Amino acid sequence: MGNSLFSPDSPQAQAITHLSIIVGIVMLAIFVLITVLVLYAVVKFRHRPGDSEPRQVFGNSRVEKAWTIAALLTVTVLFIFTIRTMHSADRTPAPGRKPDLEIIAHQWWWEARYPHSGVVTANEIHIPVGKAWLVRLKSDDVIHDWWVPDLGRKMDAIPGHPNEFWIQADNPGTYLGTCAEFCGAGHAWMRIRVIAQSEAGFKSWEQHQLEVPPQPTSGESVAGSKLFHELTCDDCHTVAGTSANGDIGPDLTHVASRETLAAGRLKNTPENLAKWISDPQKWKPGSHMPDFNFTPTQVSDLVAYLETLK
Amino acid sequence: MSDIPFPGAGEALPLAGPQEKTAGLLGWISSVDHKRIGIMYLLAALIYFGAGGIEALLMRIQLAEPVNSFLSPGVFDQIFTMHGTTMIFLVAMPVLTGLANYLVPLMIGASDVAFPRLNALSLWLLVFGGVLLYFSFIAGGAPAAGWFNYAPLSEKAYSTTKGVDYYSLGLLAAGIGSVVAAINLIVTILKYRAPGLSIKRLPLFIWMVLVTQILILLALPALNASLVMILIDRTLSAHFFLPFSGGSAVLWQHYFWAFGHPEVYIVILPAFGMISEVIPVFSRKPIYGYEYVAASTVAIGVLSFLVWAHHMFAVGLGHSIDSMFAISSLLIAVPTGVKIFNWIATMWHGSIRFTTSMLFATGFLVVFTVGGLSGVSLAVFPVDWQVTDTYYLVAHLHYVLFGGTIFGVFAGLYYWFPKMTGRMLDEKLGKWHFWTTLIGFNMTFFVMHILGLMGMTRRVYTYPNYPGWGTLNMISTIGAVIMGISSLIFIWNVMVSRRRGKLAGDNPWEAWSLEWATTSPPPVHNFDRIPPIRSRRPLWDLAHPENPDWKNEH
Repeated sequence: MGNSLFSPDSPQAQAITHLSIIVGIVMLAIFVLITVLVLYAVVKFRHRPGDSEPRQVFGNSRVEKAWTIAALLTVTVLFIFTIRTMHSADRTPAPGRKPDLEIIAHQWWWEARYPHSGVVTANEIHIPVGKAWLVRLKSDDVIHDWWVPDLGRKMDAIPGHPNEFWIQADNPGTYLGTCAEFCGAGHAWMRIRVIAQSEAGFKSWEQHQLEVPPQPTSGESVAGSKLFHELTCDDCHTVAGTSANGDIGPDLTHVASRETLAAGRLKNTPENLAKWISDPQKWKPGSHMPDFNFTPTQVSDLVAYLETLK
Repeated sequence: MSDIPFPGAGEALPLAGPQEKTAGLLGWISSVDHKRIGIMYLLAALIYFGAGGIEALLMRIQLAEPVNSFLSPGVFDQIFTMHGTTMIFLVAMPVLTGLANYLVPLMIGASDVAFPRLNALSLWLLVFGGVLLYFSFIAGGAPAAGWFNYAPLSEKAYSTTKGVDYYSLGLLAAGIGSVVAAINLIVTILKYRAPGLSIKRLPLFIWMVLVTQILILLALPALNASLVMILIDRTLSAHFFLPFSGGSAVLWQHYFWAFGHPEVYIVILPAFGMISEVIPVFSRKPIYGYEYVAASTVAIGVLSFLVWAHHMFAVGLGHSIDSMFAISSLLIAVPTGVKIFNWIATMWHGSIRFTTSMLFATGFLVVFTVGGLSGVSLAVFPVDWQVTDTYYLVAHLHYVLFGGTIFGVFAGLYYWFPKMTGRMLDEKLGKWHFWTTLIGFNMTFFVMHILGLMGMTRRVYTYPNYPGWGTLNMISTIGAVIMGISSLIFIWNVMVSRRRGKLAGDNPWEAWSLEWATTSPPPVHNFDRIPPIRSRRPLWDLAHPENPDWKNEH
């Protein structure tokens, strides 16, 4: 999937792209007009040797009024288009409409909560294709901004000022997005993936997310699960079905089933997971996950454990 | 010159006796002469322009290719914050205040500004503010919350170094200096004009300086107050902008942009003023539609206070508020468009001399139009919902502030440098300067429009390797290097020409306003005698007694 205004894939994003094209054409026409006038003046009215002082003209009120009115008409037309698109790009929800999804922005990752099913996940947001979902957007620290260009408008995530917006995707697939409001050192790596699935696919994903992952069985992964507790990982992270219930970092119950690590910084492979836990500050400087100086054995045990959390 | 006795000669100097020139460095730093203070403003702006330019180049090196590691995010965030803060507060404002300082008394036939000592205070507060801001680098870290310093990111919990404190103190010092300078210039323009120079005969540059200073007087206090509030939050643990203890994160944005949008016009209107002086002189015609250019300036000044929330379309203020601010923001394009058409009409049927100054003015007409038009597209708020906070916005603001303000300032500097130094800037170097600036500028910033539409957000220290992103960013970086070279050509030109440039004489451009009626550079007291002022172009009247303006103007 794309990641730009050129590939809108929801009614909301399409409305904005349409409007952008209209505005673009108007802007281009004005630009060409002014550039042609300037270039004509440059060529035609340049000083040539022997020229005397030109006739001294002070202005003309009729001409002034004409271009003032022309400019007023242009912006009036643009305003009418603005209002028309406003409703289709950002419909006001009916009073009392409950959100289908709650997204909470953190430095520097996204928490997603599904109020109807109780699923909690991070950074990769699954939605059913073709449905308009109302999203409630919050922030837990500073101001962030939700932006998935293919799907529509930006919306700021502001602490103490919850916002709502619609999310909808016309086709199944992965839509890329990112935090668009500068939010500190990790801003560049606060990326979003929206995964639109068929109704059935979404339901089964939701079912799977609600399952408690099986107890680790292999030697390494059992050791890893102990380390997860002993090395205080669980102070910040939650794993359902265990004593880990920290709420500072992302929920890791099904971390192994995600596509990326650290909000889009690394592809989620066991090797990358090992790199990430060994030195988070190298991969995402400023991250609130500190460098624990784990030994290589500790790292491989932890990776073995986390890989069981499918 | 004519034989008409100059009315008011010798008595149009309403101020306490001008001081004797003192030699040496001490003479300069102790000076209260508006011309020396103006030049020191320009030098300070030039030094800070160097700093801001180096910061820009560092950013462009880091962004030249995807996932680059030349700068860490911690450093990059300080650099982009300092670049924006420097360019707005320590370059754009002082270069314009400096030119206004130098030119206002000369263009209105006064011997100095109304309050010369206060004038020196303004300058040194600016210099001191800049030093405070830059001192943060060695005091634990520069501010890193962006030039608009959004709370709560700028609060103590999220910005733990002293950077934001230095930002607040530095901008407060400079901001108080700006308010003082505004009072000074307003009083000077209103009270110290030469006999005959009515408001309706003021040169347009003076008109625009007057409106700008009124904007400063009304807008800067909003910034100064919010700087004090964030300082209280940070040092005394108040919660003005901390939502989880009863404050509001949105409040900072309202305060900041209540200052911040008039600020945009504060740094563009004087450039409009310079363009309005340069284009007529080099087209050899009076400005077309003087009243309309002046009135549109006033309209822009009034509207500039009603558009601030167009910076906040993504905040979620609701459709009615978004619509109101879309109306005012679209409306402000009208008086701006009127100006562009008047400038072009001034060139029409003229006899245009393409000096370097006029080249920059002509370039301004085209590149500023790009910035103005992208500004209109941002007022259409559904479009803004997609492109705000992307590189499209970065492109837009640089087309306005560089394509507008800086092109205008270069047009003005090539035009008035002879008055300030008595020598002409070299035209050949000037043309190199112009063309490298024009090419470098468009290479750097035009591609940013496309990057923004492709989804690249601003203020990222790096970006993933998406198709096309690396190439466009590399083009932009090469453009930035060309702009760096063009700036060096300009500095070289200034250094060489001020000693060895062609002698200028009183009025090298055969211009028509009062500053050209005295020597270049002018004496400490500016004028030995002031020509009669019976129209907007007193020196035209002197040179053309057969066809004076006062017979033609209404």
